[in-house]
Amino acid sequence: MKVKNKKNAAVYIALIIMAFIMILPFVWSVLTSFKTQAEALRIPPQILPSSWSFKNYKAVSEVLPFATFFMNTFLMVVFRVLGSVFFSALAAYAFARLEFPFKNFLFVIVLLQMMVPGQIFILPQYMIVSKLGWLDSIKALVLPGIVSTFGTFLLRQFFMGIPRDLEEASVLDGCSIWKTFWKVMLPLTKSGLVSVAIFTALFAWKDMMWPLIVNMSIDKMTLSSGLVNLMGQYSVDYPQLMAGSLIAIVPMVILFLLFQKQFVEGIATSGTKG
Amino acid sequence: MVGKKKKIKNPGLTLKKRNVKTWAYAYAFVAPTVIGVAVLNLWAVIQSIYYSFHEAKGFAELKFVGLDNYIKLAGDMEVWRSLKNVLIYAVITVPIGVFLSLLLATLLNVKIKGKGIFRCIYFLPVVSAPAAVALVWKWLYNKDFGLFNQILSVFGITGPDWLGNPSLAMAAVAVVGIWSMLGYNMIILLAGLQDVPRGLYEAAEIDGAGPVAKFFKITIPMVSPTLFFVIVTTVISSLQVFDTIYMMFKPSSPSFKSVESIVYLFYRYTFQKYNRGYGSAIVVFLFVIIMILTLIQNKLQKKWVHYND
Repeated sequence: MKVKNKKNAAVYIALIIMAFIMILPFVWSVLTSFKTQAEALRIPPQILPSSWSFKNYKAVSEVLPFATFFMNTFLMVVFRVLGSVFFSALAAYAFARLEFPFKNFLFVIVLLQMMVPGQIFILPQYMIVSKLGWLDSIKALVLPGIVSTFGTFLLRQFFMGIPRDLEEASVLDGCSIWKTFWKVMLPLTKSGLVSVAIFTALFAWKDMMWPLIVNMSIDKMTLSSGLVNLMGQYSVDYPQLMAGSLIAIVPMVILFLLFQKQFVEGIATSGTKG
Repeated sequence: MVGKKKKIKNPGLTLKKRNVKTWAYAYAFVAPTVIGVAVLNLWAVIQSIYYSFHEAKGFAELKFVGLDNYIKLAGDMEVWRSLKNVLIYAVITVPIGVFLSLLLATLLNVKIKGKGIFRCIYFLPVVSAPAAVALVWKWLYNKDFGLFNQILSVFGITGPDWLGNPSLAMAAVAVVGIWSMLGYNMIILLAGLQDVPRGLYEAAEIDGAGPVAKFFKITIPMVSPTLFFVIVTTVISSLQVFDTIYMMFKPSSPSFKSVESIVYLFYRYTFQKYNRGYGSAIVVFLFVIIMILTLIQNKLQKKWVHYND
């Protein structure tokens, strides 16, 4: 028992040290975001701000339209999630359960995308968006993420894991393929759908290069590409820069804290099933 | 798209009719994804390769130049320098990052209380937008007022200019990279660890194996397939590093030459200098490098990855 306690204590110490290192950048940026410029630049450092007012957050929102950035990011994420979850589920079901000519060939085409570094698509995608006249729009933000290869692959694994009996019963009852898919199979892959949704949302949220390239006008920027702008304009006011950064960090953190289990399971499945 | 929802009134429909119906559904189901991938990805790759054989500057007409872009690339110091930079970045981030992830996963696999909180904290950087993360770290690294140098000054040490010093800058960026991905790899490895039968450890303990022996003799071989997946994906993503470096360094920075990544170079050529032909050659070059490294890793995996089937 004693040995075990000692061992656990060692584990705790290691975990706490790592936790401290991991969280320090967040803590320091939060503290800085409440300080005045003078307080932030004090030597030796002043750890806590003198007052906890949101003036830097307010100031930074006056410099750049953060509410608009948030809305654009939100729309991009929502449409990408809806598109990729729905289209991936459809395709995954067909690839997992239906027999049709060229099935393997089409599946290989879909898989090829996963083996290529994403940057190779960017310029041609930009040209497509530009030819469609979609630059500086929400459509431009959504387009490259509207379908998901990874989602198709992951959900196909899910569908293949479901016993065939359920489906056969539904077909015998005279349900169409669509109904079987929608009413019987889809509800059984809920955890897979959530994984795909979280994955898509997370990567859309973190994407910086694409929004930076397609949407140059300030009212169509996302939080990430907006920050690039903020940095360009105010590279020395650190309290305001931290306030801006935190505005771009906090919403996803809240979502993560609310759906922690789903996030962790989603990421874990990507490793084991992917 | 999926308009026909007719019920099968007669289960004895001929096989052929039924097949055709299934096919119609199947094609309708896969159509959005297949068309999307064909246009946005497959066509895009072909386009990129096509551009790389052309001179495509600004709004000028495309001009076929054969291998010119690749010949220029082969002799372009900037390309080799940025390749060297990302290789250095990968050499730092992959071993340290993967080792720390595995260590944390192993620690979290011990039956103790409060695991959820630790897991949550380690995961926070994963959900944080890289653009914001880069700004936060830039502030931490600030030469005069950043947290790190403030802490050092308490001990009477004058901290270096982390980001401005060419020989430190890449290491500083690598730290951000490790910090950002630790939680992600940890979760994947933890899932792998949980599949390792406890009995193996108990048997080893009876044989008198210590924690280090158990780690190397049981844990690593048993999670090696997951570990392999994590290493391959981490190598690929570290070769593609862009966001952090873009946010932390402008081309005017004194250490720019020692941190510019291939993707940054691609970005500058394609979207700032509007030299689409050469930019495409750079990105195709990156693709080839990634393919080669992945193939090498696939060959090497036979030596250390154990699949228990």
